[in-house]
Amino acid sequence: MTLRADLRLIAGWIAPGSQVLDLGCGDGALLAHLRDTRRCRGYGVELADSHVLECVRRGVNVVQANLDAGLRLFPDDKFDTVVLSQTLQAVHRVEAVLQEMARVARQGIVSFPNFGHWRHAASLLAGRMPVTKTIPYQWYDTPNIHLCTPKDFEILAAKLGLAITGRALLADDEPVRVLPALRATLAVYRFDTR
Amino acid sequence: MTAPASVGTVAPKSLHFREPLPLASGATIADYSLMVETYGELNAARSNAVLVCHALNASHHVAGVYQDAPKNVGWWDNMVGPGKPVDTRRFFVVGVNNLGSCFGSTGPMSTDPATGRPYGARFPVVTVEDWVDAQARLADALGIERFAAVMGGSLGGMQALSWAIRHPARIGHCVAIATTPKLSAQNIAFNDVARSAIQSDPDFHGGDYYAHGVKPRRGLRVARMIGHITYLSGDDMAEKFGRALRGKADDADYAFGYGVEFEVESYLRYQGEKFSEYFDANTYLLITRALDYFDPAKSCGGDLARALAPARARFLLASFSTDWRFSPARSREIVTALIRNDRDVTYAEIDAPHGHDAFLLDDPRYHRALAAYFDTIATEVGQ
Repeated sequence: MTLRADLRLIAGWIAPGSQVLDLGCGDGALLAHLRDTRRCRGYGVELADSHVLECVRRGVNVVQANLDAGLRLFPDDKFDTVVLSQTLQAVHRVEAVLQEMARVARQGIVSFPNFGHWRHAASLLAGRMPVTKTIPYQWYDTPNIHLCTPKDFEILAAKLGLAITGRALLADDEPVRVLPALRATLAVYRFDTR
Repeated sequence: MTAPASVGTVAPKSLHFREPLPLASGATIADYSLMVETYGELNAARSNAVLVCHALNASHHVAGVYQDAPKNVGWWDNMVGPGKPVDTRRFFVVGVNNLGSCFGSTGPMSTDPATGRPYGARFPVVTVEDWVDAQARLADALGIERFAAVMGGSLGGMQALSWAIRHPARIGHCVAIATTPKLSAQNIAFNDVARSAIQSDPDFHGGDYYAHGVKPRRGLRVARMIGHITYLSGDDMAEKFGRALRGKADDADYAFGYGVEFEVESYLRYQGEKFSEYFDANTYLLITRALDYFDPAKSCGGDLARALAPARARFLLASFSTDWRFSPARSREIVTALIRNDRDVTYAEIDAPHGHDAFLLDDPRYHRALAAYFDTIATEVGQ
């Protein structure tokens, strides 16, 4: 089974043998991949019944909870790496979630859609909220309540004392080298939490 | 995949144990019998056995029906059978009636060999741990060194947890559903009201009612009514009964008396009546006390993670959103303790309207999760 591009990149940032917490772990693909190829173990947190079921089928440890309740289950400094992929933009309390991630792990990895993509800007200039492949929702039914740009995230990370150690800006699953802040659809960050 | 089916006609058997069983209380049971049912085949490697532990009012009759009682369907028949979550084509499933219960295993109704009369009040108080130790001897007798899984809901889940702690090498997976690491003050209070109802029944005779040829039915009935309220959710009761009046239109006049008028009263009394026909009052006292006493963290300074430290099993826990008897928060306490110990754990929190009783009901999300989990166990043990 092929792993989603951003998950493949994230997996490459996780040291073999690590203890990993995957928040919003979906169908457990990342955790299963890390277990099978990098001898990692850990837990996923996931709310959707269908995803929890997939995790069970893959034999991945999964805890069915929302992020707030889920994070409370884990003790301080439990993990080497905590992952939050394509979920940050949908959480209510972004700062609290990042602080909780810092509490439970030495290293954090987050990915989120880049709201600074030129198509979004163009859409706004044309007077409409953007609806694109990466943000495919109308303004009134979107779960994405905290959209940001890479620069926005870097400012928040600095405010919270998270030291960024890796950054990848992707479009169509490939790194973007020219004008990434405008052309990338997805941003992936790695940071040390202390 | 064939459609789920029943295990069909089953026959219980009684196993006798001669070696005295030391109990948590310090007392000993000299010898005892346990009623057992099994379904499916034990494989050559003896690796596919699943022990099903019962809760308060159930028994060894987990699945199937009896030849002479085709309507007496096992209490977890929707969970255990061919094509069901615990698939008896792949697993050898063992149901056992616990010590002190009233379905044929040695209990307060049995004859005390020391006196030749029923034990009654003299039957020793037994604990979840005592049950688990008795079940371990049953496993020895059946030639099962290690269970692929030990599973149960509610009080049955406590037994599964206790197995993981007391016999870590003998259990591959611990499946504990709608359970708790210990009763709350509120849980104990409900049990106390139930026991008080029984003990204050004039027919109780201090627990030795057998000699008087009576049963404390009124007390038992009230005990069951109280218990039953805690098994259902408020929403479930509102939906099932609301304020409907028995045999009358909702806007009919009240009778201005104290008889059964509301549907919910009628339902609870019926449940109480039915229960008092077949259940033993001393067993009710004994089992509710075993519930009260269960607290594996007690001997570890209240530290549940330390209590669970010996466990080596992988865990599946499930809870139900509207269960207020053993709420999801109680299952999460267990999950937290297991994570602290780096144990493998899967936790499903199922959004279901039926309160504590949901663990016995046929909810597709719940059953799909259990089926998927047992499928991985079956693969693991080569079935």
